Amino acid sequence: MFYRDRKEWADLEPVPQDDGPNPVVKIAYSEKFSDVYDYFRALLKKDERSDRAFALTAEAIELNAANYTVWHYRRVLLQALQKDLREEMRYITDIIEEQPKNYQVWHHRRMVVEWLNDPSEELEFIADILSQDAKNYHAWQHRQWVIQEYKLWDNELEFVEKLLEEDVRNNSVWNQRHFVISHTTGYSSPAILDREVQYCLNQIRKAPHNESAWNYLKGILQDRGMSSHPGLLEQVLELKETHCSPYLLAFLVDCYEDALENNNQKETLNRALEVCEYLAQEKDTIRKEYWLFLQRSLESRFECIDVLLCQGISPLLKSDIKNGV
Amino acid sequence: MDGAPAPLRCFSERHAAEVFADDGVETVTSAEQKKVEHNIEEVISVYKQIHSLPQPTLLREQHYQYLKKGLRHLSDSYECLDASRPWLCYWILHSLELLEEPIPAAVASDVCQFLARCQSPTGGFAGGPGQHAHLAPTYAAVNALCIIGTEEAYNVIDREKLLDFLWSVKQPDGSFVMHVGGEVDVRSAYCAASVASLTNILTPKLFEDTPSWILRCQNWEGGLGGVPGLEAHGGYTFCGTAALVILGKEHMLDLKALLRWVVSRQMRFEGGFQGRCNKLVDGCYSFWQAGLLPLLHRAFFKEGESQLSRQRWMFEQQALQEYILLCCQNPAGGLLDKPGKSRDFYHTCYCLSGLSIAQHFGNVDLHHELILGKEENRLVRLHNNYPEFFLSCSHVKAPTHPVYNICPEKVAQALQHFHQLPVPEADQRHGASSADGPSAPAASSGSAEHQS
Repeated sequence: MFYRDRKEWADLEPVPQDDGPNPVVKIAYSEKFSDVYDYFRALLKKDERSDRAFALTAEAIELNAANYTVWHYRRVLLQALQKDLREEMRYITDIIEEQPKNYQVWHHRRMVVEWLNDPSEELEFIADILSQDAKNYHAWQHRQWVIQEYKLWDNELEFVEKLLEEDVRNNSVWNQRHFVISHTTGYSSPAILDREVQYCLNQIRKAPHNESAWNYLKGILQDRGMSSHPGLLEQVLELKETHCSPYLLAFLVDCYEDALENNNQKETLNRALEVCEYLAQEKDTIRKEYWLFLQRSLESRFECIDVLLCQGISPLLKSDIKNGV
Repeated sequence: MDGAPAPLRCFSERHAAEVFADDGVETVTSAEQKKVEHNIEEVISVYKQIHSLPQPTLLREQHYQYLKKGLRHLSDSYECLDASRPWLCYWILHSLELLEEPIPAAVASDVCQFLARCQSPTGGFAGGPGQHAHLAPTYAAVNALCIIGTEEAYNVIDREKLLDFLWSVKQPDGSFVMHVGGEVDVRSAYCAASVASLTNILTPKLFEDTPSWILRCQNWEGGLGGVPGLEAHGGYTFCGTAALVILGKEHMLDLKALLRWVVSRQMRFEGGFQGRCNKLVDGCYSFWQAGLLPLLHRAFFKEGESQLSRQRWMFEQQALQEYILLCCQNPAGGLLDKPGKSRDFYHTCYCLSGLSIAQHFGNVDLHHELILGKEENRLVRLHNNYPEFFLSCSHVKAPTHPVYNICPEKVAQALQHFHQLPVPEADQRHGASSADGPSAPAASSGSAEHQS
């Protein structure tokens, strides 16, 4: 039943939307939509703080859960009317289950959790949302906030492992792995780092073309130096024979680049350039422009100084010459 | 240009080998990816059968009609965007400008008047008349007004109030909430930096600590997440990077790691971009992801990188154009995410924006085109060769690139207009805390906004 026909609302004059005389991007609202929002605007104008206003916000939200003005007003009413926040938790749980990809609903939940200062339902709730869409960005964001705010780190690595068993390609879970470890044990200890490297390699052996595992491996080693981890390069070269992929080859380039930074050897440079060529022309042609750039870049940075001096060319001028300056 | 059309990458023998390798280990991720690849294969095969000569065509007339109508009327399926109407204005106007379709003066004036009604009395723009101000529709409204580019359009913006609004959403840690009582994420920094720089209300104090906050969003993957700790994502990466470019601080990022991340987001089979690693291709990332390459190119150039190409961005431009033209067009007009999805104005805007980037390479005084298909497919250039002129102006820190995603002439014109005006003095209070709780009285008084 429309609000305009309700006796209990007769005291309130609905406020039609003011789009002006020549509207643009004019939405053909349904009668229900216009009715509810005409009354919402009336309430907002009055700043009415009542139960009927509170009830109407739920209807307005159902019609457009992205209307952040309505959500804000609902929060004002929750406080002004001293509403039962536990009941609000039940409400927002239902709404998120229906519309899990909306910013406002998650933000609202966060507010209620903060007011209650009670995160006890959160991990289970978020796990449920993730069971329906394991990559829901808002869900992961809320999860990270809860864990960090209320220091609920203890079981999260276990949760991560479980989800990786379900889908080892879920990049959000790899990110969560990094989040948990970097905020708890960190990656500094050789024991942890080694455990993580071994974990990666195990996953890579099972699914060599899983980009997430390779990215994680690089991600945890890059600041420490890819070539610093003992025996890793050799293990990767071994894997190249039976478990090759564009990601393995890219990782090799990164290892060689790191090695060159510590010890500029012609042989290493040549290997790196060769792999770049192989990636550009054969194995990762979609990224040809990038691999060729990297190749030129490595060549320019690590060209052996003695080679240049033999050619009677100052290393500083070499790249200018190459670029036709 | 003349003679036989360029062979399509997706018709080549090698293309079939680019399908996803699941190593015999099926998961939800691999199953979804294979489904999409199968659909794309269908589209390509149908295209092959119908067209003996591969000349992908941008359906200009159809898109124009779709956009022209949408600028006036939208069906009730758009009720879900009732709090994003300035976005609708921007998506449609930008699409029209990319197609080089003129906006009739009467329509332009109507848009100005509508956006004026979306402006909040306390500054900034809202999703619709009577709603609260929010950084996203503020970004969209300012961009839309700059596209219109008339005095009337520029005069809609209350610069003093806009600055007040930006201060009201600024957080002590350098971040911005999207609206009073709202959420923080890196989009807000971009929206704020974009409007502040275009309208010349930018001061160093306003963005104090913002670059360091944005930097915290760069993660182990090389891309940026919405807030520190989150997974790298194309939309947020664009926002963070573009914001830093505007603030002149892009060199603080690990540019090499970012470059590796973004180029890895181009799908070897589909040719389009995914938003995150191991997720699906989507036409809108043609802008959010591919749009990073011009930004990075310029950043590397400024750092003295000598090995940059002089002809191409560091992504497969032809492959992206093929994806957009073959897979993302609705024959009745409008563009979309991927085959099987519905058209909408958001995807129309960002697919066309991505197409423009894929067609045009440029760096300062160089310009090089790669138009797939018919010559008429060519869109307006998004990036420009104007930066040197404006870099000499004292307040401008950023080059006018696909930072703003409006045409360069409009950026230049807006900058020229607003830089003649003095930077307003703001009432420099930091915003209320992001909570709506009893400790934030501003929130309750904010709700009493009257809008006629």
